[in-house]
Amino acid sequence: MTTEEIRERLADKVVGIAGCGGLGSNCAVALARTGIGKLILVDDDKLEATNLNRQYFFADQIGEYKSLALRDNIHRIDDTILVETHVIRLDPGLVTKLFADCDVIIEAFDQDNEKQMIIETVLGDMPDKSIISGQGLAGYGKNDMIGTMHSGRLYIVGDHQSEVSPTHPPLAPRVGIVANMQANLVLEILLITD
Amino acid sequence: MEILLNNRKESIDKDEITLAELIEYKKFTFKLLVTKVNGQLIKKDIRSKSIIRDGDEVLVLHMISGG
Repeated sequence: MTTEEIRERLADKVVGIAGCGGLGSNCAVALARTGIGKLILVDDDKLEATNLNRQYFFADQIGEYKSLALRDNIHRIDDTILVETHVIRLDPGLVTKLFADCDVIIEAFDQDNEKQMIIETVLGDMPDKSIISGQGLAGYGKNDMIGTMHSGRLYIVGDHQSEVSPTHPPLAPRVGIVANMQANLVLEILLITD
Repeated sequence: MEILLNNRKESIDKDEITLAELIEYKKFTFKLLVTKVNGQLIKKDIRSKSIIRDGDEVLVLHMISGG
């Protein structure tokens, strides 16, 4: 497929992004550049200075809600992409409601309990949706440990073991790799199954 | 019995075992897991009632903070 053919195929597709931090912001930008038709961004946090080491935002956006700032950044790249934003903390009821029309859902949360919540909600309550989760991205190096695991409608990208901690922080390269692998899988799912 | 645990063959010296027992036996120590048996999501509160038998496919995923 040519670039234009790919853009045409993606033009009517909708991707839900749960969390607009390191994974969500980088994944959303990659999908926007590729020509996804619509993104649904959900995050209730405001941007902090410490987020700029890995998240797709700029210093003059500190203090803004991430979902709204990410919409602005996406529209600076391509203002034809539809972006729906929600400044809210997701729970199972909201996941099924807000992501009902998505073709694929990206799990891009920071916290393990939120990751579990959305995976169980999508697998348990949304029978036709695929979810792509990022698991294990802290630190640096170890490129070859990052991979994809697939079980039915659940896809896991990451090294499956590196948890963040004060001495094992999330950094731009590894977070960006996992986020872009999530976006890459979205393309594979949407372009192959279409 | 032989099962497929996280896409790897695993021999267990029993005829059946509950999912909760398997998690204990294999020492999956992370506090938050997502589990599936034969493609079906099994939530935490029913892991002690989910029986694993020969030939079953079991998935035990660690939830790893960071994003």
